[in-house]
Amino acid sequence: MSAFSQGGAGGRITAALRDATIAAAVAFGLFVVMVGLRTDVSPTGALVLRERWTEVAMLCALVFAGRLVVTLWGLRPQSLGQSPERAAAMARAGKLFAPLLLAAALVLPFVPGIGRYELDLGILVLTYVMLGWGLNIVVGLAGLLDLGYVAFYAVGAYSYALLAQYFGLSFWICLPLAGILAAFWGILLGFPVLRLRGDYLAIVTLAFGEIIRIVLLNWVSLTGGPNGMSGIPRPTFFGLPFNMSGEPGTFAGFFGIEPDPVHRVVFLYYLILGLALLTNWVTIRIRRQPIGRAWEALREDEIACRALGINVRNTKLTAFALGAMFGGFAGAFFATRQGFISPESFTFIESAIILAIVVLGGMGSQVGVAVAAIVMIGGFELFRDLEEWRMLVFGAAMVVIMVLRPRGLVGSRTPTIALGEKRAIGAGHVSEGRG
Amino acid sequence: MSAALSMQDAPPILEVEALTMRFGGLVAVDAVSFTARRGDITALIGPNGAGKTTVFNCITGFYRPSDGALRLHAADGVAELHRLKDHRIARAGVARTFQNIRLFPGMTALENLLVAQTVPLQAKTGFGIVALLGLGAYRKAEAAAVARAVAWLRATNLLDRADDPAGALPYGAQRRLEIARAMCTAPSLLCLDEPAAGLNPRESDELARLLRAIRDGTAAEGEPAVSVLLIEHDMGIVMTISDHVVVLDHGRKIAEGPPAVVRNDRTVIAAYLGEGDDD
Repeated sequence: MSAFSQGGAGGRITAALRDATIAAAVAFGLFVVMVGLRTDVSPTGALVLRERWTEVAMLCALVFAGRLVVTLWGLRPQSLGQSPERAAAMARAGKLFAPLLLAAALVLPFVPGIGRYELDLGILVLTYVMLGWGLNIVVGLAGLLDLGYVAFYAVGAYSYALLAQYFGLSFWICLPLAGILAAFWGILLGFPVLRLRGDYLAIVTLAFGEIIRIVLLNWVSLTGGPNGMSGIPRPTFFGLPFNMSGEPGTFAGFFGIEPDPVHRVVFLYYLILGLALLTNWVTIRIRRQPIGRAWEALREDEIACRALGINVRNTKLTAFALGAMFGGFAGAFFATRQGFISPESFTFIESAIILAIVVLGGMGSQVGVAVAAIVMIGGFELFRDLEEWRMLVFGAAMVVIMVLRPRGLVGSRTPTIALGEKRAIGAGHVSEGRG
Repeated sequence: MSAALSMQDAPPILEVEALTMRFGGLVAVDAVSFTARRGDITALIGPNGAGKTTVFNCITGFYRPSDGALRLHAADGVAELHRLKDHRIARAGVARTFQNIRLFPGMTALENLLVAQTVPLQAKTGFGIVALLGLGAYRKAEAAAVARAVAWLRATNLLDRADDPAGALPYGAQRRLEIARAMCTAPSLLCLDEPAAGLNPRESDELARLLRAIRDGTAAEGEPAVSVLLIEHDMGIVMTISDHVVVLDHGRKIAEGPPAVVRNDRTVIAAYLGEGDDD
């Protein structure tokens, strides 16, 4: 790098050009076989080799240009030890940003031009915001890498479906029960994995997620197996069902308004918004409590925690249980919204997406996780027109974000208490936890 | 507090009785017995590999001793440390620091000291509900915890760095913060693992002053006197501040007594200079 500065602007450009040429050469080496040559079936049924040199040239040119831009205009990862002033500015922006985001979420159903599709998307995004916040307790605060979070989502969903089907319980009774059952399973998972750390913990939690799914898939007599469970009762507005008849006992009839299918969607939207905000409120409050500080201390240094008399086992279990509880709430909501659930909704990819939201948002940051959920789930929908290229665009977007902000969108940490003014702590000091 | 006086009169704070630690076939500590007295600074010294850190880890619960007994005479009775798990030992009143500093680097100095008070604070949270709603009883407890943290920050001269992340503090300040954090657990016995390692002479002097103040109960406002047990390589510090010195070599105790006596003991000199290895 010092050679660049000595050579001045001309030297810098030459070096950048050389760098870009090397990158293009590497890309050429890869794309010659991956893109340039393609086997096709000819009309006669024989295999023919098709050559696509234009595409290869285009891709190499793209890599060359991209690399040149990166080297010349410094699209480099920010150094981890970013200046405190910068972190403080980010914190100030975050303070303004969060209320704005909340206000936007509150008025969304009444914004003109927001139809059923947009509201459904909003519900989906908010579900993932809630799941992200729930997992953030386990991964972001306590530093326990959990790859099987979707198991608790599944436990919540099936708890509601089964309780409603076999005992006829209503959504409002099942919601807390689903949370409690998921928390119970969280503790059950927590016990065997207490001694595991880092990668080992991740693998066991991953396996746990798969076990739950496979049990749901194979216990046909109880859960219906791969056929799933249908006819799950829809939620009621404190006892008033949403239907189109407009009778006095229904939501529309009670309030004397025209029956409209959008009512239920708006209600579901506010329901998940309320649940997500509850998750957020509890997390924010608990961070300032001894248990929340103990979680973060556990992430920073487990051995030091032991030396301070903190019961590491119970501390980890509470993190698992609380995170799982919010996953269970979200699951019950998912079941009542869909009216139909099957094990297919709870595959590993869901866990991966939720974890990606937490990592992308910045572990431990509430606003960051919300933004990441909007970007990931909303963006995924946005690129729907791109069809099979969607995954490529999505992957590239993630790579760009991780290159620019390796510690997530909000990598800094806000202290829970301060004698003077609270100043954000740069990402360089905060550990990620090793389980 | 003269060493000779405390040797005879003061009641014990920690009794180590025939402590043995075996790792497979290796006997790291072989039937070591000594007593640390209340109101003393007791130093554990010895050449490299003498078993100092092993003894220390047994006392603080990071190892479970193979044999022998460890008794802590805390204010509220005798605790049998060799039967307790590590976090229980900390709760019984043994606080420790680490040779390679183990702070919570991403948390502020103040937060580090509040984490140290988790156990008493947790009892006040009413299963989290009282604290979650921000009710009065918990607020009062938290204010008291902050006051104690501030007192220790002042005692360790870190008050102006209270809101800085611990990882951003200079090395000497991190050492002091770790001592402050240990003291915030309200221990009966403070165990320090090479507290002077890496400190410059001025910082070492400050450390010696701080440790004496902790022993005499004058370090921070409203804090009781706390006995100190330390492992140290820096003989200057050991000889100036300790009231009682225990010397280990090859896992055995070879000498014990006030610094002036130990310094002139022939077996100790032999062990340190590597002469007359006649066992």
